[in-house]
Amino acid sequence: MPVCPPGWPTAWRMESKNSPATTGPRPPLAAGQVVDHFRLEESLHQGGMATLWRVTRMLPDGTPDPACEMPLIMKVPRIKGGEDPASIVGFEVERMIMPMLNGPHVPKFIAKGDFTRQPYIVMEHIPGPSLRPRLDEAPLALDEVAEIGARVAAALHELHRQHVVHLDIKPSNILFRPDGAAVLIDFGLSRHDHLPDLLDEEFTLPMGTGPYMSPEQVQFVRNDPRSDLFALGVMLYHFTTGERPFGAPDSVQGLRRRLYVDPVPPRALRADCPPWLQEVILKCLEVRPEQRYQSAAQLGLALQDPTQVPLTKRADKLQRSSAFKRFKRWFFALGAEPDARQPLSAAELVKRSPIILAAVDVETASDHLLDELRETVRRIVLTEPGARLACVSVMRTARIGMDELTDEHGQSLHVKGLIGLKHWARPISKALNLDDGRLTFHVLEAPDAATAIVDFARRNHIDHIVMGARGNSALRRYLGSVSSQVVAESDCSVTVVRAAEPEAG
Amino acid sequence: MKLALITDLHANREAVQSVLDDAHAQGAERYAFLGDYVGYGADPGWVVDTVMGYVEKGAIAVGGNHDAGATKGPSPHMRLDARRVIEWTHAQLSPLQLGFLESLPLAQTDGDMLFVHANAYAPAEWDYIQSRIEAVRSLHATPCHYTFCGHMHEPKLFHLSSTGKAGDFVPTPGVPIPVPSHRQWLVIPGSAGQPRDGNPAACYAMFDIAEQMLTFHRVPYDHETAADKIRHAGLPAGLADRLAHGE
Repeated sequence: MPVCPPGWPTAWRMESKNSPATTGPRPPLAAGQVVDHFRLEESLHQGGMATLWRVTRMLPDGTPDPACEMPLIMKVPRIKGGEDPASIVGFEVERMIMPMLNGPHVPKFIAKGDFTRQPYIVMEHIPGPSLRPRLDEAPLALDEVAEIGARVAAALHELHRQHVVHLDIKPSNILFRPDGAAVLIDFGLSRHDHLPDLLDEEFTLPMGTGPYMSPEQVQFVRNDPRSDLFALGVMLYHFTTGERPFGAPDSVQGLRRRLYVDPVPPRALRADCPPWLQEVILKCLEVRPEQRYQSAAQLGLALQDPTQVPLTKRADKLQRSSAFKRFKRWFFALGAEPDARQPLSAAELVKRSPIILAAVDVETASDHLLDELRETVRRIVLTEPGARLACVSVMRTARIGMDELTDEHGQSLHVKGLIGLKHWARPISKALNLDDGRLTFHVLEAPDAATAIVDFARRNHIDHIVMGARGNSALRRYLGSVSSQVVAESDCSVTVVRAAEPEAG
Repeated sequence: MKLALITDLHANREAVQSVLDDAHAQGAERYAFLGDYVGYGADPGWVVDTVMGYVEKGAIAVGGNHDAGATKGPSPHMRLDARRVIEWTHAQLSPLQLGFLESLPLAQTDGDMLFVHANAYAPAEWDYIQSRIEAVRSLHATPCHYTFCGHMHEPKLFHLSSTGKAGDFVPTPGVPIPVPSHRQWLVIPGSAGQPRDGNPAACYAMFDIAEQMLTFHRVPYDHETAADKIRHAGLPAGLADRLAHGE
């Protein structure tokens, strides 16, 4: 698809510095006007902070640029007379961060305008509607809640990998591409690990949107990616139950209540909410970030494979904590400061919480290779306490026709595969104490093992695949090498384990 | 137009050569040197000659406290080690090189940019910009939107909004930072010749004037050779040892 070259045009000149900057009202923009090669077509939205214009990129001769097929919008901050830090700094932050972002989960950045002349950002237009109208339809069907959650988690994971914490995740800031990929918009409150935080010193009130703000945001912490998982948890709660977990407070005191008052468990509001979904939602809404999912990918994995969500007390709760417990929490929350330890940056936390995929061919691999694979996986998982291990095996199915789904004794082959996987992983689970939800099992059914593994890894944002090589067996000559295909096609790192063949005789 | 900002070279030939090579490879078209060409290192003559060569071709250069020490003699407040180095350095430099150091201004401006070794409010007193307080004081002392300072050896970026809100930031090497001119910025590139933030790689920064983008860089260099030369010159061993650890 032909696209506009990013960053075009950005020729700011220092001589323009003395022109009236952010100090006076500008003449309002009007349809038909051309701003730096962009013709304003129509005003799409006029908010408190900014106006959105549909724009067309023009060639120097005044005709529309045919090379730019992407629909574009221009975001122009509303600068009222005098200083208005709320809109100016937020816009400045967005103007700083957007050019650093790429990929399908953000609008493509095209150009930006100088504050000393006409500040603006031109970006790809992602047509709505946002998720906002869906709130009015809540409660939604449960599989749709999980689907929305998984898509937003995928977008958040990608954002965090690009060193950005969004800090204003809410339905109105989430759009979807035609292929279903979630697109995050509005980076006015965001924080980039590698850029100065212009908002840090700017305001004396917590920054965010009341219903979605994480407890640490209420305490002025602005660099924890797990804040975005809290906000996603609030959304999932609302979509599941039709109610907000913490209401819509409009005072700091009201915001601080979430530090000690836990929400009514979703199952108390919606009888058909399954325990696993309550587990996931309440885990997102934990007050302490370290008790939530440690990465958006780990949350996405849970939403995509409910059978693997380990259920804790959270899943069983049918009422909120007792008044005594709440009082205790309130007491400790009084004047509580966020954890003083240097929190990890967004990308750092993502790195520290990898998902390792062990592809295990329980059926045909030699015991020797299975041992060697287990040892390698144990070593890799051991190095990172935040790591999760997903054990995967592939049940090959015929491309055409019906498959036998049971063995000769009538036992489900799927269940048999799971049992084999669990047996294989038991020593790792015991050695590393992985029973706290860090270990999941997945039996995939597919005609082609390598494709199934690569797809699973892509969908679940796997960081590292560990698998065995078949060795120089007749089987490999006959079936081809699964591992070499995975190495060739996978997006992530792949470790291929070989077992030294025991010497003959 | 890309402007390379290099400071606190401290007679470290290996570091300075690596920084200049890197800046050239990154497309530097102009150079600004922010002082302290000598002191601590074993190659004061080479470093001064190199900077003189750049100045002849239009580079900006201001003087630092070590340069003043080398020309005027050590100040009575200096530590014994520092005094010894200054005396040794003075003896290494030719009258031409000493004359060049003596001729350097304390501060220089170019359009919207101020270049000064220590700070803008009292450049001759060599106060350090240790925190936002000194940074804001310095930014208030100049109408320029961009101040480039040396003296502090750790890379840092301060910013001040028109509403008086100040912030500071420890930069990540290699990541371009937008520095629009409606704010004031105080840029400390970090020392090329004696980094002190635990990373032995030499520091410098590159300012893309038209794009208003600033990038801090780190350049690994042969600090073992630089340290050996310090030892062979009979200078305090501690000055050699610290290069390996960047402290």
